[in-house]
Amino acid sequence: MVWKIDRGVCLRCGACVSVCPVLALELQESGVAHDAGKCTLCTACEKICPVGSIRVEK
Amino acid sequence: MIKDSYDVIVAGGGPGGSSVAKHLAKLGHSVLMLEKRQEIGAPKRCGEGLSVNTAGIIGKIPPWCIAQKINAAKVYSPDRSYVLMDFGGDSKGYVVERKALDKWLAFEASRAGARVMAKSEVTGVLKDGNSVTGVRATILGGGEVEIRSKVLVAADGVESTVARKAGLNTANKLVNLDSGFQYEMSSLNMEDDKKIILYFGNEIAPRGYIWIFPKGHDVANVGIGTAMAEKPPKHYLDAFIEDNPDIFGSASIIEVNSGGIPVGGFLDNMVLDGFAVVGDAAHQVNPIHGGGLKEATIAGEIAAKVISKCIKNGDVSKRALSEYNRIWWSQRGKKLRMVEKLRHVTEKLTDDDLNMLVKELTGDILSELTRGNKFSALAKVLMKKPKLIVLARHLL
Repeated sequence: MVWKIDRGVCLRCGACVSVCPVLALELQESGVAHDAGKCTLCTACEKICPVGSIRVEK
Repeated sequence: MIKDSYDVIVAGGGPGGSSVAKHLAKLGHSVLMLEKRQEIGAPKRCGEGLSVNTAGIIGKIPPWCIAQKINAAKVYSPDRSYVLMDFGGDSKGYVVERKALDKWLAFEASRAGARVMAKSEVTGVLKDGNSVTGVRATILGGGEVEIRSKVLVAADGVESTVARKAGLNTANKLVNLDSGFQYEMSSLNMEDDKKIILYFGNEIAPRGYIWIFPKGHDVANVGIGTAMAEKPPKHYLDAFIEDNPDIFGSASIIEVNSGGIPVGGFLDNMVLDGFAVVGDAAHQVNPIHGGGLKEATIAGEIAAKVISKCIKNGDVSKRALSEYNRIWWSQRGKKLRMVEKLRHVTEKLTDDDLNMLVKELTGDILSELTRGNKFSALAKVLMKKPKLIVLARHLL
């Protein structure tokens, strides 16, 4: 499984950060930062993203 | 320009942060408010509609923050019948310019004596044992510095990480978050530029609604909030725009906005030793319409008064600061939890049920419902359908 974000589509709104149960995401000036070490690939961020920019691929 | 220590550091320069900062500065405290973005108020994550009641709570909003005055809300059911929520006057509702309003709120905090710094981000929380004692921050994009505080307030919005870094888990459940998407559009052909329009229907906006909030005769925020939908909200909004060429046929897209909208999951505890959280970061949003400006403003004032008292008494422990929990829950939390209950009921309604409700409910009752009142009137209508009796009971 792998976590992917399309930075061209992402609007940097931070919706994904608020549902991440393990603080693996952070909204920085440059965009959403993802910590693969913390991420459990739970897909909450993929489900909440208003523009469908996040994919958790199996 | 920045000192080594302040009575209070506020992380985030939105309405909640400005409210806390302004009230604390007025009470004589040294306050530093840090906003990570280069421009306070932008990008907006808001439909920008306010009632006159909310406007009154925020303060004397200057005319340059108001885009349009609104006299009613028109609520459409899936079969396109509607109910009108008349505001009782031509200037009882506003569609504001958030970029202007948020800046004005920051001006007011600054005028009260708070130091406000844009493009300055809290990157870490300093702790001494269990006590929060300050922040690591980058000021105007410079290197990291340490700044001490007696109390740190996290007002860093829906994407809050400061509370979690301080040790308070504010992660929201997926079920308590709506997914919002919006275009600010021009060259629209609106039916009435003095009315906000809401369209309900599980096909057009699963478990949510589409809104048109006019900002001028042919300009409006056109947005959608959905919950647990199969596709992202953008998909449904684009389909709605495509299906309504009479309104959107020659429209342009001037701005694109998105965001997560907390619609529940209120926190029993919002404090730690030397720490408090307010606004979207504490999920302080009305769960039925998703508006957070009023709640952030009120919570900011409550928090400020408690924090000031604690600092003056020399006790900023979690136990002392928890007076903020108690006051917020009695003034706002109880009411909002009722509204959350209403939301859980409305989420289960089918398009047929929604059609019936719009025919049976008056605009006045709808207005009261959004404020957490008159639930029995809604229950009475739901009772008319045997399969809705169980839902109706949740409201009584």
